[in-house]
Amino acid sequence: MLRTALLVLRKDLAIEIKTLEIVTTTLFFAVACVLVFSFAFVREGQAPPDAAPAILWIAVAFSGTLALGRTFERERYSETLRALLLAPSPRPALYVGKLLGIIVLLALDEIILVPLIAFLFAAPMFARPLLLTAFLVCGSVAFAAVGTLFAAMLMRSRTRDVLLPILLYPITVPVIICGVRGTAALLSSPADDATATMWLVILFTMDVVFVTLALWTFEPLMSE
Amino acid sequence: MRKLFPVLAAVTAIVFATTPFLIANAPYESTMLLIQKIFYYHVPSWVAMYCGLGVCAVGSVLYLFKDSRAGDRYAEAAAELIVVFAGNGLISGPLWARKAWGVWWQWDARLTIALLVWLIFVAYLMVRKYGGPGSEKLAAAVGIFGAAVSPFLYFSVTIWRTIHPPTSVVPDIIENPKGMAAPLLVSMLAFVLLFVLLLNLRVRLAERQDALDDLYLTLED
Repeated sequence: MLRTALLVLRKDLAIEIKTLEIVTTTLFFAVACVLVFSFAFVREGQAPPDAAPAILWIAVAFSGTLALGRTFERERYSETLRALLLAPSPRPALYVGKLLGIIVLLALDEIILVPLIAFLFAAPMFARPLLLTAFLVCGSVAFAAVGTLFAAMLMRSRTRDVLLPILLYPITVPVIICGVRGTAALLSSPADDATATMWLVILFTMDVVFVTLALWTFEPLMSE
Repeated sequence: MRKLFPVLAAVTAIVFATTPFLIANAPYESTMLLIQKIFYYHVPSWVAMYCGLGVCAVGSVLYLFKDSRAGDRYAEAAAELIVVFAGNGLISGPLWARKAWGVWWQWDARLTIALLVWLIFVAYLMVRKYGGPGSEKLAAAVGIFGAAVSPFLYFSVTIWRTIHPPTSVVPDIIENPKGMAAPLLVSMLAFVLLFVLLLNLRVRLAERQDALDDLYLTLED
């Protein structure tokens, strides 16, 4: 089960490393998002205090949607996902493999975005490195868990590129709220660890609920 | 169900007809006075929406795991009713808020997530309409996830401290001897009956449509 998942992940990473297409395009898109929001928010050279976490999570969500669309577009091309589904391997393992691939892409995004935002907004992003990492990991997992399931399902649909964000954003907005409020608590001075931990617990609960539901529904959803 | 339907329709009509009298006779709330009476239609329409969430989730699970066509029809009908009743709540809420809080809309947690549930089920209907073949299964997944998000909606008001009256207001009013309980409970009953009535009507329509499609298919063969 875990071996299959890791094989799917290795396949995705091998394809990606060859061209770096998704990494570079989504990363550039994320940076463009940050800049667009900076122009919207910054007044007289100063951004409002809570802008940095909000921009971070919006950039992650937007570029994550793009990465989801591209990853599964690649599978649709010459029907490779169908081939994967025909293979005698447990379906949930395929889901976990694709999910890990998306999480790796999101993590690469975040590794660039966090220092960039710290630099542009003078935000103390590295005051609580462990808690911030926990937020980014939990947030990415929750977002990617829902996103991978829906993107995989939507492959069959003609209108997938517009339906994915329509479905994904309302369902993952609680994730983004937790991420933004929690990160904002970490960035306040002094850092508000108690509030941040509360948000982290809610975020983690959502991780558990979303991943469990996705594993449970992936099999019947992907059978024709 | 077909024979019961006129009875159910009559009962719903009678219960609905009594609510204005009960609400008119209910005592004024001490601070909001007349404005507070919108409460008797606002809260029950959210109750009906919660019923819809339950039906939609159960129907979706039955369709996805047991391949039950009836489950799919109930889930679809419930999703449409969620949009209707949540829409009613989202219209009556701002009308009340304008007078009670002085603003049309307040970005508090409960309002926000109520809006999100409405959005999720509008997205559900869009998936069914524009998703193409196989969209019923995707819609079922959306229904299950929509229901999974709703506990976060319900508990959000206790986790976040907000302007919205806490959920315990309903038990408080039932224990309250001032005579607010009867109109509220009758209104809730009226909305739940209306929900059941519309649900069955919509499911029946879907059954007829499916039967018609089957007939066309046999005719072509």
